[in-house]
Amino acid sequence: MSHGNGHAEAGEHRHSPAMYIVGYVLSLVLTAVAFWLALTHAMAIGPLMWVLMILAGLQIIVQLYFFMHVTEGDGPPFHSVALVLGLIFTFAIALMSIWIMSFHSMVA
Amino acid sequence: MPAGFQHFADTYLMWNEGPLIWMSDALIVLTSLGIVGALTYFKRWKWLWREWLTTVDHKKIGIMYLIAALLMLFRGGVDAELMRTQLALPGVHFLDAEHYDQIFTTHGTIMILFMAMPFIFALFNIVVPLQIGARDVAFPYLNAISFWLFFFGAMLFNISFVFGGSPDAGWTSYPPLTELGFDKGPGENFYLLGLQISGIGSIATGINFLATILKMRAPGMTLMRMPLFTWSVLAACVVIIFAFPALTIALALLMLDRIVGTHFFTMLHGGNPMMFINLFWIWGHPEVYIVILPAFGVFSEVVATFARKRIFGYSSMVAALMAISIISYFVWAHHFFTMGAGADVNTFFAVATMAVGIPTGVKVFNWLFTLFRGRIRMQLPMLWTLAFVPCFAIGGATGVMLAVAPADYQYHNSYFLIAHFHQVLIGGVVFGMLAGMYYWWPKMFGFKLDERLGRWAFWFFNIGFYVCFMPQYALGFMGMQRRMYTYPADTGWGTLNFVSTIGAYLMGIGFLFIVLQVLYSIKYGERDLTGDPWDGRTLEWSLPSPVPHYNFAVIPTVTDRDMWWVLKQEGRTEELRPKPEEIQPIHMPKNSGRPFLMGFAFFVAGLGFVFNWHVLAALGLLGVVACMIARSFEYDDEYQIPVEEIEYTEAALGRL
Repeated sequence: MSHGNGHAEAGEHRHSPAMYIVGYVLSLVLTAVAFWLALTHAMAIGPLMWVLMILAGLQIIVQLYFFMHVTEGDGPPFHSVALVLGLIFTFAIALMSIWIMSFHSMVA
Repeated sequence: MPAGFQHFADTYLMWNEGPLIWMSDALIVLTSLGIVGALTYFKRWKWLWREWLTTVDHKKIGIMYLIAALLMLFRGGVDAELMRTQLALPGVHFLDAEHYDQIFTTHGTIMILFMAMPFIFALFNIVVPLQIGARDVAFPYLNAISFWLFFFGAMLFNISFVFGGSPDAGWTSYPPLTELGFDKGPGENFYLLGLQISGIGSIATGINFLATILKMRAPGMTLMRMPLFTWSVLAACVVIIFAFPALTIALALLMLDRIVGTHFFTMLHGGNPMMFINLFWIWGHPEVYIVILPAFGVFSEVVATFARKRIFGYSSMVAALMAISIISYFVWAHHFFTMGAGADVNTFFAVATMAVGIPTGVKVFNWLFTLFRGRIRMQLPMLWTLAFVPCFAIGGATGVMLAVAPADYQYHNSYFLIAHFHQVLIGGVVFGMLAGMYYWWPKMFGFKLDERLGRWAFWFFNIGFYVCFMPQYALGFMGMQRRMYTYPADTGWGTLNFVSTIGAYLMGIGFLFIVLQVLYSIKYGERDLTGDPWDGRTLEWSLPSPVPHYNFAVIPTVTDRDMWWVLKQEGRTEELRPKPEEIQPIHMPKNSGRPFLMGFAFFVAGLGFVFNWHVLAALGLLGVVACMIARSFEYDDEYQIPVEEIEYTEAALGRL
């Protein structure tokens, strides 16, 4: 999809459709499992949270590996910078949201 | 009138709501007939489809974004004038409470999401590839999809006004008010789906321009040789990519609450409405930086060009942009200090908020130092830039006042807040976008906008701005809350509100002057024959205006930061002229009607979800999937421009 002077990143890596299908199925399975666990209240809320978080982490890895080809690439490692930044934002937002929403000091 | 039609007219067309709706209906019908008639009369349907609706050319997409932004500025502006008319005197019943609610909701949503966003995307599209020496964006087809998703999302939101009813819960759309139990109407669904659809487009645009800037720069253009506007787009894209998903999630969960009966934001079954507010502002605060950062970029270009000086402190400008884009993620809770999360939470977010003032201050001082001893030319882009500096400084100062968490309990949701954010969003974003529009207009269309009419617009808009919003700071201190549709006379707010309304009308006149200026300049505007009307500094000014669709006949090699300026100083401009032996065939993406159709399919699906018409929703989604499948099997999506055609075009432009 790149044009003109941007040909450097296109064409070098060829992937078989199998990789995409495996990734697609894996991400569907991970989503379905998480949805089913939450819908049927299969576990107590505490362990459920941990399981959901692990499933979400796996989902990220599947997306990055199978679709975004995070292990490949040439040129400067821009994607590593983006990944690190993304992880910082994700953790900061999630943890700070928990902090904000716990209303622990009850001063309202 | 048959009963069936009566029912339809009252339920969907809202003809029982009175003359405002009837007038709008009449205007919409007349405008549509006018457009259809004109296209048919001038036989322009094919032209419209071939040259615009199917285009993947970043410059044309940019122009379409610009037109959409100006139209939405008009719509949002009319909303504002209606509100100010209602508030001009105490106890007025020009609008009733419900209409007032709908109008402030659409005003806010349109101005942020359907005016500011397309305006910055217009400049992204028009300027970035030209500044970095590229022939298009990284993903031209995706770029077209982004535009059409924005367009149809905006369309879906806008038709709510005359079809089904506008949303009325504020642009922030907080539950529990927006839950089904309190808000049955389709208006809230219009809001959710319109934003969701255009939001997908925005994320794609963020990814597209990040990839473009990182991967498509001309040889020699290192990151630290990039023009500051491009840097600001890079910073804004980083913010878009990480912030917009939070909005997507918040809207999706609220939609699930409304459509399938989940309880994410109701107090039943462990839901919590404050979580929506939290998620909304995780996006919402970075969002204001998304729209202000490109404006900062514009000011950096304009200041350097019109002071004829290299920008002062380039590296610190870059560092400040990056610092703002990162700190902007850690300030969101200042939108709900009064929620009562606790002193520790409020302290953290108050300090983080004040910290944003530091890199912003660095930028302001750098602009001032660039102006210092510069040979300043007072042309329109510079005028708006100079007006921005004091306006944004006051807006920033009141922002720091609001950031003081204990004091915020006093200002929260008062007119003080309204005055503050209008001051930074108008004084920052609107001034910036107008400066950018005037600056790059000749590059887009090949003529300058008339200076004299532009000055009328500038003074009306600027004086109007202060007359409108300065009284609102005082009204806030006097206890006037936002979103009140009327107030009794004994509050003593009448005089200041009346003054404020006069200011709003002055701004409206300013906008009309801009419209007049555009219309006048199409015919009489000074033609730009050189391609470099402002004596510019960056690569886009080395090209003819308007730019040929392949941009650069030969991709330039960059050796300096202000490449074009340096070449001009050294008398080496010939180096950027194409030489016949260097011209090679150019790969270009083919036009495609699919992005338009896909946007339309999204629109149909959205409409289906709004009214719970499941068949329509399913049909729309099928259309979306069909477009994706068709794209997956498309192998022949590029063509080559032969050397002869490039030589012919360049020769016609006198460049060969």
